[in-house]
Amino acid sequence: MKLKIALFGLCTVALSSLSFAGKPVEAPGGKYADDAEQIFRASFREDGPKEWKLRLMQDETMQTCGTYRDNPPRKIGQQLEKANMATIKYPASGKLMGNWKEGEKLAAVGTGGHVGFIQPDPPGRLKGGNCYACHQLAKKEIAYGTIGPSLQHFGKIRGNSPEMVKYAYDKVYNSNAFTACTNMPRFGLHGWLTPEQITHIVAFLIDPESPVNKD
Amino acid sequence: MTQVSLKALATVVLAVASIGSTLAQDSKIADELAKYREALADGNPADLFEVKGEGLWLEKRGPKNASLEQCDLGQGPGKLEGAYASLPKYFKDTNKVMDVESRLVHCMMTLQGFTLAEATKQWYSKPGKDSDIEALVTFIGAKSNGMKIKVPATHPEEAKMAKMGEYIFYRRSGPQDFSCSICHGQEGKRIRLQELGNLTTQEGAGFAMKTWPSYRVSQGTVWTMQRRLIDCMRQARWPEPNYLADSIIALETYLQKTATGTVMETPGIKR
Ligand code: HEC
Ligand code: HEC
Repeated sequence: MKLKIALFGLCTVALSSLSFAGKPVEAPGGKYADDAEQIFRASFREDGPKEWKLRLMQDETMQTCGTYRDNPPRKIGQQLEKANMATIKYPASGKLMGNWKEGEKLAAVGTGGHVGFIQPDPPGRLKGGNCYACHQLAKKEIAYGTIGPSLQHFGKIRGNSPEMVKYAYDKVYNSNAFTACTNMPRFGLHGWLTPEQITHIVAFLIDPESPVNKD
Repeated sequence: MTQVSLKALATVVLAVASIGSTLAQDSKIADELAKYREALADGNPADLFEVKGEGLWLEKRGPKNASLEQCDLGQGPGKLEGAYASLPKYFKDTNKVMDVESRLVHCMMTLQGFTLAEATKQWYSKPGKDSDIEALVTFIGAKSNGMKIKVPATHPEEAKMAKMGEYIFYRRSGPQDFSCSICHGQEGKRIRLQELGNLTTQEGAGFAMKTWPSYRVSQGTVWTMQRRLIDCMRQARWPEPNYLADSIIALETYLQKTATGTVMETPGIKR
C-alpha cells in the first residue's frame, strides 16, 4: 500500500482527550480499542491471498477518522485534507474532461472488487464508480441512494470552467482532499478507478451534453 | 413479521408510485414487488424453517445420539423462551461471550458429539443444500417473539465485547474506505433503493435487530445475523471473517445492547 507511506506519521491522536464543541466524546472502543483491533484482525482466514489482508490495513486517514467517529476537529481535518490533496495524480495527457458516455456507464456499475469465499466477483470484473449508490445523477435513473448529495445538473449549476473540471477530478480522485472523513470513497487513491476513467466520470458530471445536465 | 414486511412493501409501492409511467422500464422494482406479494400471500416462508428447526432440536443426532433439548442458551438447560433476545451473553462454562450461533454450535459439539467442522459445515444454505443452523436459529429466535431484547452487557466480558463492537463499527478500511458507520450511521439514508437505518440509536438498532433471523426474498432462504454481518463485510470489500468470529459477536453485542428494550418480531421477511 503506497498510500500508507505517503500518509503515515501525519498526526498522532491522543485517544483520551477528544472533544467536539466542548463535549468530550470517547473514541470508539474506549480502553478496549487495542483489543478490538486484535480480535478484528484475528477474525479472518489465514489462507486468503495477501491482497485481501491488505484490505484490512488502515492508513492514517482511516485510522484518524475512526477515532473521531468521522468527525475530526477542524485542525486535524485540515491536516488530513492537505495530506490527501498531495496524493492526487493526473492522466498523462493532462486532459481532465473525457467522454461522458463512458462516464455514464462507469457511474452506474456497482460491481467489482468483492472478495471472499462465498460470493466473490470473478477476477477482472469491471470496477465501477457506483456513484448511484450514494448520489442522484441523471434524471432518468431513479434507483439512486442518498448517502451523498444530489449531483443532478452538477455542470449546469457549477459551470464548466477549468477550475470546476479540476475540482470534480480531484474530488473523485481523493474525496478527502476537500472533506476529511467523508463517507465518499477515494477512488483514485486506491486505484479503484484509473485517472482516465475519472476523466470520463468528470465529463459525465460536467459536459453540457451529459444526461446529468441535459434533462 | 407483518410490520416489517409491510413497511418494505410500502417502500416498494412508493418507489413504484413515484416513478409512475416509467414502471415498465424498471422491471427490477416490479419483480421485487411481485416477489413480496407472493411471499406475503403464503405467509412468511421462514415459518417452514421454524417447524424444521423444532424437529432438529428434538431429534436424536450425532455420534452421541442426543437431542438438543438440554442445550443451555443462557436461560438454563432447555429453556428457550427469551433466550435469543438475551444473546450474546457471557457463559461461565466456556468463559466466553457467545451469540446464539456459537452457543448452538457449542451444544451440537458437547451434547451431540459433532466436531466443529461437522457442526458448521453447512452454516448457510447453498442451492440444494439446506442449512440446519438456519432452521434451528429460526426456531430458537421465534421463542423470543414478543419479548424485549435484553442485552444490558453488565458482565465485564459483555461490556468489553460491546465496546469492541463499537470500535469495529467505526473502523474504516479497504479500497472503498468503508466502515459499518458509512452505511448505517445516519438517519433516513438509502443506498440505491435500499433503506439503511441508523444502527447507533436504540430506535434504529431495534428496528433492525428485532426482525432477525429473517427470510430474504432475494436469497430464497433465512439469513442469520452472522450471515447478515459477514455479507455486509463482503459489501464493504473486505475479506470475509470466519463464521462465529469474535469480531462478529462483538458487533452483535454492540447492536443488541443498543437495541435493548425493543420487542422482538421474528422471523422477519426482507428484500
Ligand atoms: C458511499 C457513498 C458515496 C459514493 C459511492 C460516492 N459518493 Fe460522492 N459524495 C458522498 C458524500 C457523503 C458526499 C458529501 C460530502 C463530501 O463532499 O465529501 C459526496 C460528495 C460528492 C461531490 C461533491 C459535491 C459538491 O457539492 O461539491 C462530488 C462531485 C461527488 N461526490 C461525486 C461522486 C462521483 C462522481 C461518484 C462515483 C464515481 C461518487 N461521488 C461516489 C458519498 C459518495
Ligand atoms: C456498502 C454498504 C454497507 C456496509 C459498509 C455495511 N452494510 Fe450493513 N447493510 C447494507 C445493506 C444494503 C443492507 C440491507 C438493507 C436491506 O435489506 O434493504 C444492510 C443490512 C444490515 C443489517 C440488517 C438491517 C435490517 O434492518 O434488518 C445490519 C444489522 C447491518 N447491515 C449491519 C452492518 C454492520 C455491523 C456493518 C459493518 C461490519 C455493515 N452493516 C456494513 C449495506 C452495508
